Amino acid sequence: MQPLSFEHFRRGWRQLIDPIDGPLMLIAGVLMLMSAGLMGSASPERLSAQAINLGTALLVMRVMAQVPPQRLMHFAVPVYVVGVLLLVAVALFGDISKGARRWLDLGFIRTQPSELLKIAMPLLLAWFFQKHEAMPRLRDYGIAAALLLVPVALIARQPDLGTAILVSAAGFYVIFFAGLSWKIMFGMLGAALASAPLAWSLLHDYQRHRILTLLDPEKDPLGKGFHIIQSTIAIGSGGVLGKGWREGTQAQLEFIPERHTDFIFAVFAEEFGLLGNLALLTLYALLIGRGLMIAANAATLFGRLLAGSISLIFFTYAFVNMGMVSGILPVVGVPLPLVSYGGTALVTLFCGIGILMSIHKNRMLVQK
Amino acid sequence: MEFKNPQEELERFRSRIAVAGGFVLLCFVLLFARFVWLQIVQYEYYRTRAEDNRISLVPIMPNRGLIVDRNGVVLARNYSAYTLEITPSKTSNLEETINAVSEVIDIQPKDRKRFKKLLEESRNFESLPIRTRLTDEEVAKFIAHRYRYPGVDIKARLFRQYPSGTLGAHVLGYIGRVNERDMDKIEEVDQEANYRGTEHFGKTGLEQHYEFELHGVTGFEKVEVDAGGRAVRTLARTPPTPGNNLTLTLDSELQGIVELAFGDRKGALVAIDPTTGGILAMVSMPSYDPNLFVDGIDTQSWRELNDSPDKPMVNRALNGAYPPGSTFKPFMALGALTLGKRRPEQAISDPGFFNFGGHHFRDDKKGGHGMVDMYKSIVHSCDTYYYMLANDMGIDNISSFMAQLGFGQRTGVDIEGESEGVLPSQAWKKKRFKKPEQQRWYAGETISIGIGQGYNAYTPIQLAQAMAALANNGVMYRPHLVNFITDAKSGRHTLIEPQPLRTIPLKQDHVDVIKRAMVGVNTEGTGARAFAGAEYSVGGKTGTAQVYSLKGAQYNVSGIRKELRDHALFVAFAPADAPRIALAVLVENGGFGAQAAAPIARQVLDYYLLGKRPNTPAPVDEGAIEAEENESDAAPQL
Repeated sequence: MQPLSFEHFRRGWRQLIDPIDGPLMLIAGVLMLMSAGLMGSASPERLSAQAINLGTALLVMRVMAQVPPQRLMHFAVPVYVVGVLLLVAVALFGDISKGARRWLDLGFIRTQPSELLKIAMPLLLAWFFQKHEAMPRLRDYGIAAALLLVPVALIARQPDLGTAILVSAAGFYVIFFAGLSWKIMFGMLGAALASAPLAWSLLHDYQRHRILTLLDPEKDPLGKGFHIIQSTIAIGSGGVLGKGWREGTQAQLEFIPERHTDFIFAVFAEEFGLLGNLALLTLYALLIGRGLMIAANAATLFGRLLAGSISLIFFTYAFVNMGMVSGILPVVGVPLPLVSYGGTALVTLFCGIGILMSIHKNRMLVQK
Repeated sequence: MEFKNPQEELERFRSRIAVAGGFVLLCFVLLFARFVWLQIVQYEYYRTRAEDNRISLVPIMPNRGLIVDRNGVVLARNYSAYTLEITPSKTSNLEETINAVSEVIDIQPKDRKRFKKLLEESRNFESLPIRTRLTDEEVAKFIAHRYRYPGVDIKARLFRQYPSGTLGAHVLGYIGRVNERDMDKIEEVDQEANYRGTEHFGKTGLEQHYEFELHGVTGFEKVEVDAGGRAVRTLARTPPTPGNNLTLTLDSELQGIVELAFGDRKGALVAIDPTTGGILAMVSMPSYDPNLFVDGIDTQSWRELNDSPDKPMVNRALNGAYPPGSTFKPFMALGALTLGKRRPEQAISDPGFFNFGGHHFRDDKKGGHGMVDMYKSIVHSCDTYYYMLANDMGIDNISSFMAQLGFGQRTGVDIEGESEGVLPSQAWKKKRFKKPEQQRWYAGETISIGIGQGYNAYTPIQLAQAMAALANNGVMYRPHLVNFITDAKSGRHTLIEPQPLRTIPLKQDHVDVIKRAMVGVNTEGTGARAFAGAEYSVGGKTGTAQVYSLKGAQYNVSGIRKELRDHALFVAFAPADAPRIALAVLVENGGFGAQAAAPIARQVLDYYLLGKRPNTPAPVDEGAIEAEENESDAAPQL
């Protein structure tokens, strides 16, 4: 047995970082630093809890980065089935919190199964299209849509509009990348617009309120509109340069609601201004861009579809969150990716990053 | 079956990736445009809104001015106490919150009722007291549990207190929570800014009349607040200026003695210093405790006070209009002298009645007083003399002379809501009635005016003012309660009424005749029993005002309900040669003036001039029935 030497550590480290993609890790790292800084400003008492969340998430990422796409494909169906079964279980036995039935108590852990679908959904659909790679026909798109709609409907019923949007977006991205014709997409968009009144009637009162409040937040300044009004004030008053770290009056005096979770962007925009926002947008653009690049170079259709969808999930998170906080989208519970406080979303997102890294590692090595 | 070309397939996928990338960029540009709009274009607007959020101007209440009597005895002051307050808009269920709080702090049904009443009257989003005067122990107890009760908090507030309780309640008045009407008044004088945060406003009495003197200037604290409205730190502070203090002409000792002298009798007394118009005592009985109103009165107490047949809330001195009865006679006599209608020594023969148009106006003494000159007419209160005199003077001569003495007009005393009373005249009757036959003045109506009956109706303060004017030889002052106002900042005094209102053109000879006769009333006439053994010379006149018209029937005290019994009156001034006090007393349903009113005047003068303190209410002199000529029979019977 050789004594432990520096060489051991070097090799160990090499093995550890081997599947890690440098650019992705760098971008995620910068975002994590920003998150830590903001958390220190908005609610310092949560820093240590978030550090534990981050540790878990990084572990998940590292594990996923190690799993080759071919192995991952085997998990697609079981994970999806388990996810849907758990959703059914939630609908039957779930815990109610804040008026929504989202949580399932499995005895050892209390979990939100809907979160699992954010990854399980694109995984399954990517697997599905890989299976039918030879001849994706219209019927296959129909089956894919049905596979997508089952969990989305279950999640929307909980109700959890934010997750429903994210899951359906993730599924839709796969179908989009699989090559669904533009004609059908525009046709469906038209149909969706036409059925909007019906959808409206199916929404819960609080969801309608959120949409109405978005249209005119000042109508209800102390009630539903309060969040949006206060977050827009925070962003607007930040100006070009921002008020400075921990100097945001809206944030420090607690005018911004949920300021460490869904509305953390308002804190950021107030304290770092337009330039900060530009930097944040750039970081997300780089992250998504890197993801799309990985997708473009993936070895298999499965890898391409999965990587493309995961990249766009990041976009969806970022766009919906910043859009709602700045008052151009309705308030749905979507965190700012990699920045908001909260373990679940963090684990999901790093799991996605891990998958991206794995796909990248197993990319096409020979370019034409 | 057609197999796809993998290369073509890859190209198609890559083009979709490019489309997705373009879409992402487009959306991010959209977001960036939104940020530019908010953070550059609308920057100023949002910066201001953020500042408005952050900065709050918190008013600091000034201490309300004190009210002290002429000797410095404090009649209205402030004390600081902790209150438990609820902001209804911040609670989800008010009833539940109150129930929950009552587990920690004792809340009586009375407190709930009062809170309910406050709630009905309050402005939006106000914090309202549910309990006042918390003990230190209660404060500590609540603070430990405060987190459990959103919208409930402890506040330190200044409270108004009237340490003498019911004493002089009608004079001091009270403060209550600001209502819409008060807001209008505040706006009228452009004081909205100064009243921001003020919760109380003078409702009656001096508290009302001198509201803007007593209030002071509100200070402000510029504080940074958090979203919950809690102050985080103070940025700047402008201290408040306390309200000005009022020093009264009123002597609270004297006031107390009057109230004691009244006992459980209803009525009013106004005592004036004739040389200044300063009111020495103004009493309306029964009284009430103004402290009840300060924190907001509960519905039950309010109903009790309001519905009481004794009407304790009415200030009888200013708002009760009573016929003056025979107390009117000295003023009639003075008018006759001034207008040359009588000479003092000119005597009439009194057969016991005055015949006018076939109708007998009866004197109260059967068979009459014999030969009656002016002196005797006053001393013995001879009605026939005044029936004839009134007839000779005519109604318009009477009313224009009496108007100079202030009868039938508001005196302008520094309390709001004074009544006018009725000084009858031809013009008055024309205005008062609608039908032409009622508008006409009948000569027969003049007769009973001469003895203070008929349409005559004056407030006790008018009577006292006229008495003071006569005592001061025609030099008249506006009756007033506040001697001077002390500026809280500079300590400078502002005198309220240093100048006489007017001088009535009277001949001193004439005034002296009347004064001599009024002294005679108390030495050999109707007031002699009440003033037996007085160590000072005092002028006076008894009076009995009819409440109920007896259609020719004999007036029988025992056979008539108490509230229909005559009002007893007495006017007086002393010392006779250099009067320092002039007063009018009215005892509702007291019977004869000499019986119920004169003994009160005696106690008041004994104290004011000699410092003698009675320890029981003034006696009712049953024996005075004989001495007092039965005036009440002399009702106008037309």
